[in-house]
Amino acid sequence: MALRALLGKDLRILARSPVLVVLLIVYPVVIAVLIGLALSSSPARPRVAFLNEIVPSQATITLGREQIRTESYERYLFQAIQPVPVHTMAQALADVRDGKTVAALIIPPELPEQLASASGSAYVDVIYNGDAINQSLVEEAIESKLAQANTLLAAQLAGVADGYINLLLTGGDLHFLGSSYNVLGLARAQTILAAALAKLPASSPLRPELQQVEAFAKIAVSNLGGSKQVIGAVASPIAAHEEVISGRRTPLNDYAVAVAVSVSLMFICILLASGMLALEREENTLGRLRRGLVSKGQLLAEKALLAAVLAVAVSFAMLCGIGLFVPLGWGRIGLWLLAMCGGGLAFAALGVAMGAVVREVRAASLLVLLASLPLVFLALVPGGSVSSELDDVIRVVSAVFPFKAALEALDAAINQSQPSLTVALAHLAALIAGFGVLARLALRP
Amino acid sequence: MTAPLQARGLSKSFGQRVAVQDVSFTLARGEVLAIIGPNGAGKTTLLSMLAGALAPSAGELALSDPGAIGWVPQQAAVYSKLSVAENLRLFARLEGVVDPDAAVAKMIAQTGLRERAADEVGRLSGGNRQRVNIAVGLIADPAVLLLDEPTASLDPRQRERLWEFINARVSDGTSVVFATHDTAEAQRYAAQLLVLADGQALFTGAPAELGAAQHEADLERAFVAFLAERGH
Repeated sequence: MALRALLGKDLRILARSPVLVVLLIVYPVVIAVLIGLALSSSPARPRVAFLNEIVPSQATITLGREQIRTESYERYLFQAIQPVPVHTMAQALADVRDGKTVAALIIPPELPEQLASASGSAYVDVIYNGDAINQSLVEEAIESKLAQANTLLAAQLAGVADGYINLLLTGGDLHFLGSSYNVLGLARAQTILAAALAKLPASSPLRPELQQVEAFAKIAVSNLGGSKQVIGAVASPIAAHEEVISGRRTPLNDYAVAVAVSVSLMFICILLASGMLALEREENTLGRLRRGLVSKGQLLAEKALLAAVLAVAVSFAMLCGIGLFVPLGWGRIGLWLLAMCGGGLAFAALGVAMGAVVREVRAASLLVLLASLPLVFLALVPGGSVSSELDDVIRVVSAVFPFKAALEALDAAINQSQPSLTVALAHLAALIAGFGVLARLALRP
Repeated sequence: MTAPLQARGLSKSFGQRVAVQDVSFTLARGEVLAIIGPNGAGKTTLLSMLAGALAPSAGELALSDPGAIGWVPQQAAVYSKLSVAENLRLFARLEGVVDPDAAVAKMIAQTGLRERAADEVGRLSGGNRQRVNIAVGLIADPAVLLLDEPTASLDPRQRERLWEFINARVSDGTSVVFATHDTAEAQRYAAQLLVLADGQALFTGAPAELGAAQHEADLERAFVAFLAERGH
């Protein structure tokens, strides 16, 4: 009866606080849309002035039997940048200087020649405007795409080398400077030598020399075949074969969804629980309630329940909103709600513990922000990325506050990651009990 | 007839600090007791203990009916986002009043707030807010009403109307304990006086007795002289 009366009163107060209601509704909707757009759209590409100085007639390089078109590699670079075509170097420099583009990418005329000579690296020129952040963005984007283009080019060059080796091994026609030559090939040379040796008398003085040449041809045939593998390996020296034996396998996008929902759940829950409890003090009604009208337990439970229910409702709506942009396993909707309820109650318990020690709603809000943000950051620090001592401290702090456990519960519910939902919920239950006791001790009229 | 309220040796300490020490008095039905004393004397702490908002460190409180106390704290203890009627209805329900709607209607009529009943308390004047504060204290029709400096924020006309209202309740048998700095108010309305200083009850008796003891007709002068004699 008392609980119902207090819940009704608090809901009425919330409904009459338009700013708070707008924040409660607008905040998760905005966050959901932003996260959804961020996860479903490609990252913005920096505008880069692009000057291709290669004469069109020289844009194709001939290496052996392979024709390499340099333009076909432009598209890799254009995946990372938004090219703004320019016609002269001066225009490229002017665009960068005036801030129309964050950088200029210049393909020099000698690039095909450098590639064809295979005597060293060929170069493209990149000019920046001196803005450290933009420079870093463009640098990373261009370097990663150049690496992709290099890998493909290396593979194509390896193919050319493979053709020459095949020609040496098995023979065939070689086209060079407009003329055509027939190449015997080591395998056929070995066969011819073996036949010649068979016809030679055993006492022939030519036999030892020919036997040496035949042995060389034999060794060359077997080892030159192996060199093709070496050239293939040079094109892609290290490739990773991935296997996860424990821990998470959740894609980053799906993990970001769990993080976003956990952050919203946390802020709404702690702010509401601490704020509504602090409001009782601010309105001087705590003393009136505590003189036998409502027990400490009832009062704390009412605030925690109110905050948890509203925060779960808002976070659930937010998750559904994100689900419009990101594919989610809707069949696990029951587990989402279970994880949200566990996390919500733990955050609410922390919230009432905070609300119990402050005298004003504003102080409660400030305390929530000051205490919660570092805990979020700590919980998101990847294990092993800091010294082992600091890692231990972070683990303990993250275990004592509910964010990490709530994130694990939501991640398990949404993405089926490890640790399991049961383990995370047990952790949250322990935190609910702990913060509940702290709130009871801290609540004084 | 059993006294509605009896305090015996009430004490309250906050750590090493003693806020109230060994205070005893008996309040008869329909009697008005004024607690006067300098700032920090322990008046609010004593009233909070009588109201049940603070647990005494020692001593005991005997009530004829455990639920028979109405408390009106010094600062209005009502929800500013709720209307007058909603505040009264909420506390009526929390107090376990059998017919909350009837109790609300009665209090609104008695406090003269009928036209402001639907207004949010936060939009009322200080005087009207204090009326709501008192109405909440009276919503369960208590045998004893505790008032902590009830007229501190009111103008003389509002004070007068408030005391008219309280006296009407006293006439109906409600006992009243109020803390005040205004000795004239204590002299005018209280039958009994409790002088509190540094948490100790230095005097309990009729206001006239204090004046007689100090040979002063004016209670304020008698009170100041009384405290000065005792080193306060």
